[in-house]
Amino acid sequence: MLNLIARRLLQAIPTLWLIATLTFVLLHLAPGGPFDAEKPVSPEVKKQIEAHYGLDLPLHEQYLRFLGNILQGDFGPSYKHAGWGVDEIIGQSFPVSLELGAVSLLIALLIGIPLGVIAALHHGKKTETALMSVAMIGICLPTFVLGPLLLLVFSSGLGWFNPLGWSVPSDRILPSLTLGLFYGAYIARLTRSGMLDTMHHDYIRTARAKGLKERMVVLRHGLRNALYPVVAYLGPAVAGLISGSFIVETIFFIPGLGMFFVNSAFNRDYTLVMGTVLFYAVLIILFNLLVDLIQMWMNPRTRHD
Amino acid sequence: MRIRLTALLCALCVFCGCDSRQTNVERGNAEKELYFGIGTEPAGLDPHLITGLTELHVTVALFEGLATLNSETMAIEPGVAKSWDISEDGTTYTFHFDPEARWSNGEPVTAQDFLYSFERILSPALGAPYAYMLYDMVNAEAFHRGELSEFDKVGARAPDPKTLIIELNQPTPYFLSLLTHYTWWPVHPPTIEKHGGMTERISAWTKPENFVGNGPFTLESWRINSSIYAKKNPLYRDPDSVWLLGIHFLPVQVDAEERAFRAGHLHLTSTVLPHRIDWYRKNMPERMRFDTALGVYYYMLNTAREPLDDPRVRKALAYSINRELITEHVLKAGQKPAYHFTPPNTGGGYTAETRLPYDPDLARKLLAEAGYPDGEGFPTFEILYNTSESHRSIAVTIQQMWKQELGIDVKLYNQEWKVYLSTRETGNFDILRAAWFGDYDDPNTFLSLGETDNGNNHTNWSNQEYDELIEQAAVEQNPEKRFGIFQKAEAILMEEMPVIPIYFYVTSRLIHPSVQGWHANILDYHPYQSVRLIED
Repeated sequence: MLNLIARRLLQAIPTLWLIATLTFVLLHLAPGGPFDAEKPVSPEVKKQIEAHYGLDLPLHEQYLRFLGNILQGDFGPSYKHAGWGVDEIIGQSFPVSLELGAVSLLIALLIGIPLGVIAALHHGKKTETALMSVAMIGICLPTFVLGPLLLLVFSSGLGWFNPLGWSVPSDRILPSLTLGLFYGAYIARLTRSGMLDTMHHDYIRTARAKGLKERMVVLRHGLRNALYPVVAYLGPAVAGLISGSFIVETIFFIPGLGMFFVNSAFNRDYTLVMGTVLFYAVLIILFNLLVDLIQMWMNPRTRHD
Repeated sequence: MRIRLTALLCALCVFCGCDSRQTNVERGNAEKELYFGIGTEPAGLDPHLITGLTELHVTVALFEGLATLNSETMAIEPGVAKSWDISEDGTTYTFHFDPEARWSNGEPVTAQDFLYSFERILSPALGAPYAYMLYDMVNAEAFHRGELSEFDKVGARAPDPKTLIIELNQPTPYFLSLLTHYTWWPVHPPTIEKHGGMTERISAWTKPENFVGNGPFTLESWRINSSIYAKKNPLYRDPDSVWLLGIHFLPVQVDAEERAFRAGHLHLTSTVLPHRIDWYRKNMPERMRFDTALGVYYYMLNTAREPLDDPRVRKALAYSINRELITEHVLKAGQKPAYHFTPPNTGGGYTAETRLPYDPDLARKLLAEAGYPDGEGFPTFEILYNTSESHRSIAVTIQQMWKQELGIDVKLYNQEWKVYLSTRETGNFDILRAAWFGDYDDPNTFLSLGETDNGNNHTNWSNQEYDELIEQAAVEQNPEKRFGIFQKAEAILMEEMPVIPIYFYVTSRLIHPSVQGWHANILDYHPYQSVRLIED
């Protein structure tokens, strides 16, 4: 297992380098610069500003300087948010995105797994059709529709929740539900297929023959193996939850990193784009590794692959 | 079972905060704190580096210049300077400081602090975008361009800590209103020096833990993309004039802003979404505010390209636009149709006399004279705009008007903001949408845009007589004569038509009835001293 971890971490180095290089090239290919504005500054002023940020250097020197800085863990200052360092911005806003992602994931699992199991156990019956229809609606309903709908009903209508912000615990509920329902619906479908596949295996029949209670058969023997595809899905799901929450953060006014992830590209805030892209890349690599480790723990046969 | 259910409900209530469902507005009214939605995260709080209205809304609470504006009348009022003398020739201003003017750390605000601030903003290495606002001061431009290295040759002196003398290149009738712009505001020299020095752009001095200002409020907390909280400054020179105890600036995006306002979480919003205007007009008209703004929305024409190089074609395009239809049916927020370039009543009384007509017949005639009867043979060209629903709607409407009235085909082309700016800079366009907001309340800020060497003139249009008139107006001391010169310049602009004015902006905002003293003004400049909150 240690070998696997070491191998994956070593593989991550060229991956991250490639991501950094591609992002750097794409950013500099895009027209428009970080200091272009509606009321443009004079060429002299622009020159001074560019010199301040090293943007007057030849591109290859900027690239080498940028790589050197990242190796030292320094992403530099944000071009758009004067006075703020990229690491400060990430440090302040990522915990919010992480919390939103974690609660959403919890909701997704709490909804998705039981629904999937129930649907599988009622295979061919109306319950299954009903549950899977709900799951399909969940998958098809985009967050920019579901979020405002939840706000309309539970905030504007019933007045149970704040319409925006991230201060009191209840502020977590609606945005997490918005994100969690989508992933929960997908997890429900995966769990159902996994359960249907598992429940036909010989060892389930054996367990039943041994006189084990049905609950034990389903939970201990069935579910553990049925969750295998769900766990495989968790890597990209977690990545999507913590990096793709821009829309939800905008709808609910949540000060997370997703907002910077998207806006920094529009602002040509080179350092912030590079910082957030690399930060998320590292996270995705780590989460995928973690998922692989969980899968190995769940299925010892894969340890030898 | 019952006990368990009750416990569960209690827990849910605590989690949902059911017991404390007090809105920000209710809390704010009780605690004298204003909740202000400012739309976007400010790009910074350093008055020498910022450029936008959002930043102004925050920094006007944190700093104060030599003079300030009365938010109701827009009259110039004392700020750090209690009084001032102007020399007979109008070129020397002597400011006498208010002895009570202090920084938020208790140190007195001195004339030396202003000299330091002027030197800072004019230092080429700082790269201050609005440094040109100080160019009226003797040698300021030369120093900023690096042609002069000794700052003591710039026209600012401090004979004693409480007196500041500023010498101007020429009489500048609007000089005192310039002083209210944030570029002229002071910064606290020891704080700047402590966090990187005079020309350091990447400085942490504006962080709450480091911040020192001289305004009616101090910076207490700043969570990026979340909130900025400013608290009443007990050391402000006139603390009794400040009623509010705190201001929460919330950079809520416009969609969420409207929801937040409806739920009582904001006293004020940054704008009103066009598609919500009708609803508010019908249901809550008293909560909607449209104030005239000092801004014009216009189309910039590339006069170096055929057939836009012909003034008859440019006028035909301008005369065939039904502006009232655009303002009433597309924009709907009280914007005024623009039949000239400078917004009406600029500088306290200038309104252009030359007005372009809405006359499709005349437009067709001009187009025929230019060689395109009924639009025949007119080459297809493009309107370029940055991605936005309202820019698109306006462009579509104008496209239809030109097709219907003149028989010409126009393509619409939108670009993402930074790409649009880059295209504009390179001049690779036929017609593009543009906007200009005055930095100060004077026709010069609009009409100087037409000067040949103005960095914001991307039309390739040049007129020597026009340039001379703008230069004349800059030195003319008699206000009437000066406005007369601007009238002539504006007449040339409308005759040559390198730009097509479409409408004059308004500031649209939702405002809670508890907010008193938020006065309408064209600069959207709101010193918070006048604001009060009353219980519903």
